[in-house]
Formats: sequence, structure tokens, C-alpha cells
Amino acid sequence: MELTPGCTVFFKVIEFGSVSVRGTRNAVTQPKQRRKEAFICICRDHAVRDRMACRIPLVLLACGSFNPITLQHMRLFELARDHMHQTGQFQVVGGILSPVSDVYGKQGLAPARHRVAMARLALKSSDWVRVDDWESKQADWTETVVTMRHHYDQILKQPQNAAGAPQLKLLCGADFLDTFKVPGLWRADHVEEVAGQFGLVCVSRGSQQPDRAVHECDTLSRHRSNVFLVREWVRNEISATEVRRALRRGLSAKYLLPDAVIDYIRQHGLYTWESEQRNKGVVLRPLAQQGAPPETLAD
Amino acid sequence: MENSEVTKVVLLACGSFNPITNMHLRMFELARDHLEDTGNYRVIKGIISPVGDGYKKKGLIEASHRIEMVKLATETSDWVTVDPWEGQQADWVETAKVIRHHYQELLAAERSKDEVDTVRIGKKRRHEDRGGCSNGGRTGVPQLKLLCGADVLESFSVPNLWKPEDITEIVGHFGLVCITRAGSDAWKFLHQSDTLWRHRKNIHLVKEWVTNEISATHVRRALRRGQSVRYLLPDPVVQYIQELSLYTADSEEKNADIILAPLQKYSHGGN
Repeated sequence: MELTPGCTVFFKVIEFGSVSVRGTRNAVTQPKQRRKEAFICICRDHAVRDRMACRIPLVLLACGSFNPITLQHMRLFELARDHMHQTGQFQVVGGILSPVSDVYGKQGLAPARHRVAMARLALKSSDWVRVDDWESKQADWTETVVTMRHHYDQILKQPQNAAGAPQLKLLCGADFLDTFKVPGLWRADHVEEVAGQFGLVCVSRGSQQPDRAVHECDTLSRHRSNVFLVREWVRNEISATEVRRALRRGLSAKYLLPDAVIDYIRQHGLYTWESEQRNKGVVLRPLAQQGAPPETLAD
Repeated sequence: MENSEVTKVVLLACGSFNPITNMHLRMFELARDHLEDTGNYRVIKGIISPVGDGYKKKGLIEASHRIEMVKLATETSDWVTVDPWEGQQADWVETAKVIRHHYQELLAAERSKDEVDTVRIGKKRRHEDRGGCSNGGRTGVPQLKLLCGADVLESFSVPNLWKPEDITEIVGHFGLVCITRAGSDAWKFLHQSDTLWRHRKNIHLVKEWVTNEISATHVRRALRRGQSVRYLLPDPVVQYIQELSLYTADSEEKNADIILAPLQKYSHGGN
């Protein structure tokens, strides 16, 4: 069955990752058929609208060094979106990638303006994930919960549609979940806010046991219905550390990160033996201050 | 800065490429880095040769699509290209024959560079090509090496999959560049096979430190389940697959009960 052009406009709006309607774009119909199909379309519209109306709009936020951004980082967004759609409860309407600021003090951390620029190049072709430089511009490192509050305020400022304001959930790796049980790292009320009020979408791989991390933390366990565990089945160990290692050794990093990012790195001479020495021996800012880590996506 | 000792190499990868993934492309980068790092080689070209439909593997879609996808995937590479010859053959072609074909192409290209008259090729010269046991020994002609994953090395010991003389020709006459994962048994396989051991100097094992197991099987599974495969394959390939709805539950049933061509061929002859 084909769809009338009028219909496809609507479908295109909700197409955002909705698998069932993919490939219906640019449907062209003969005028003769239109009336019959318009009717079918209206029925379909209602069915889809009903199904979507009860779905909660959702924005995913990932914080990290992105030093540099790799294909794996972008892959995590795709995996998380698929998973959240499969719950039948959510409609992912956006993704935000938030690079950490320079004061974070991690070894080999390139200047934030470059990390932001690379992330923008990498996500140029994405129609749902964008880069936000607010966190990267802060004078001090920002706790995850503070970054979440900021972005949630931004979301509330935007005009809302009938479905209401989107929820904001933190996209993280399994190693981030493990930080919740490190004594003294997290403030109890922050864990409560992140897991209880916002929520987590955690992508795990290999032998990681995110369900154990949830089990071993009382607060996470209490809010486990708001902690979504996603499994990455492809063994994929692409990390920014490995990418930097290849780059400073003059080895190819092609197909580990987008070509545009590789070109940018080359143009600006970013990852070298010298740059890797930056912040060497410096204690990470959150550790110096006894605070929770600002990176939800490690490497 | 290049000295005269440096041997030119062309890398050839054979396989289903159903569909091609970033991991396939990554293998070429790893192999080139490894060979050039030895200081003995300069890799001048990479060829991806998708297998023909006659291979009869389960879920194998038409060669024309697989060739087109490799073409799209290699558009941004300045050294890796697709070659449709194998994919266009009506029957399945043994890998050894595919390598021979491409070596003849390299010789022909070199000749057309050398000689003014490229049309008439002397029989004597052709005889030399076949008789000479060195691959690319003569000046100018690059060596041709088969690029593969550790699974190919392991498959050498699967009964009826390979003709023994083909293995000898591939590793002895041409050479193998094999990408192995951390913890792989490639070294054990090399040790356990007398043929491989004899030609070990012609076998380059390249360690892939960053595990990146994007298998085409996984990609097809995700596609027929309507999940995203973005960033596992180049964007133009993802678009091509979506536009033509290439991988579905139906396409996965292709050749479902058919025996793989090499197994058909050799097990009949063997018994």
C-alpha cells in the first residue's frame, strides 16, 4: 500500500526512529487511487497517533570526554534509542552529547573547542543527536546531576506539543553504574535525583554486569524500573584511548571514527606524543573534590 | 625515502561481504600498517572481491547488490576498491583461481606499462609467468597476498572445504596476511598444520588489539529486526540497504537447505 503525499508529511514527523514507517517517504500515488488510499491513511494515522500518544517523549543525554568522539559513542545512542522504542513506552525525540570541560584534568584531554568541533562534525549526519557545548564552557567541572538539571530546564523552555514535555534520561556505560557504589563519590540525594527523577539508560558489553551494579546499590535498586539496561552484542572495543594511541603512532584510525574527524585531527595536529602528556600526574578534578564523575560514557 | 628493497604488495580479500561492514574495511588498514611497518613492503592497492551467487551460502543476497555496496563503502578510500569479476561468475570460483586471475591482471597491467605493443603477448613470456614460482619476484610486478581473518586460517583444516594443493599454492606461491584477535588461536593453527608451517615466512599474522567483531551475520540480524545498524557500516551502505529493503526474514532463508558449493564439489570428488 502506498501513502498519499499529505500523509507522508505526518509520517515524516514521527518517523524519528520509528521502524514501522521507515521507507514510506516520497510515496507518490496516482490521482485515481487517492481517495481510497486517503481513507486508509486516515485510519492509519489514527492508529499511529493513538500508539504514539501514549508514548512518553524522551531525550537521551551522554556526558564524557569525547577525546575524540568515535563511531562507538554514536553507536551507543543508536542502541539506546532502539531499546527504548522496543519498550513500547517511549518515543526518543532527541539526543544530546555533552563534552566535559578542560578543567576535568584527564590525561591527554584535548581543548574543549576541538572536542566540541569534532563531535559536531561527527554528528552532522545524524538527524536526532546534537552536540551541546554548555558543559564544556563551564569554568569548573560540572557534576552530572547539574548538567542534567541544566538540560532539563532547556527542554522545559521549548514549546511543548500534545504529548507533553519530554523526559530526560542519562545515557551511560556499565562502568558508570559501577561508580555509584564507590564510597564517598556520590551524594545520596544526587543518586536519588539521577536515578529516581531522571532515569538511566545503560549500555553494557562483554562481561560487564550492570544488573549486579543495580543490585548492589540500594538507590538504583529502588528505582530499577527507571534504569534501562541495554545489551551491546557486538564485541566492539573501539575506545578513544585506542584511537589516540593509533594516531600518535602514525597508524590508521580510519573506520574507527568518521573521516571528517580524522581530517580535523590532521589539520589541527591534535593527538601527538606531546598532547598525551597533558595533565599527566594531575588528579582528576572530581576526585580532588570528592565528587561524582562527569563522564557517563567512558572513552 | 623508499629504498629499492621495498616490495610492492596488493592485498586481495575474498568473502561474502553480505553486507560489507566497517570491520572488513578496518582489516585493510591494519594489514597495510603492519606490512609497511616491517619496512619491507609498500601496499599499493587493496581489492575486495565478493563471492558469486553460486557459493550458495544461507542468506546470501545477489552479488550485484553486494558488489554495489562494496563500491559505495570504498568510495572514501584512496587505495581499496571492489572487483566484480568473481561475483559475476555463474559458478562458484575457488579462491586459488580468483587469486590467479588477479595476478594475471597485475602482470597484464605491468606489461602494458612496459611494452609498446600490448596486444600481442609472446608465448614465451606467458610461459615464464606460469613457471616462475616467485610471486612478483620480477621488478615492477607487485606481490599479491590474500587478506583474511583468522577464521580462514582455521577453515583450512575443515574437511572438503579446500583442496590441499590450493592451500599450498595460496600460502606458498602468493602469501597470506591474516588479521587475528587478541586471544586467537592463529599461531596454534599455523603450528599444527605442516603446510602452513612450511610456508610460515609467507604468512603474516597481524594482531588486532582493538576487538571489533562487527559480523555481517549480526548486521543482517539487526536489519531484519528493524534495529539500527548505523555506524557499523558506512552511511551510504546503510542507505542503500534501506532503500532496497535488502535484508529481510525472507532473504535470510535463501539457500537455507542448500549445501555450500565447495562442500558439494569436493565431498563428491572425495568419495
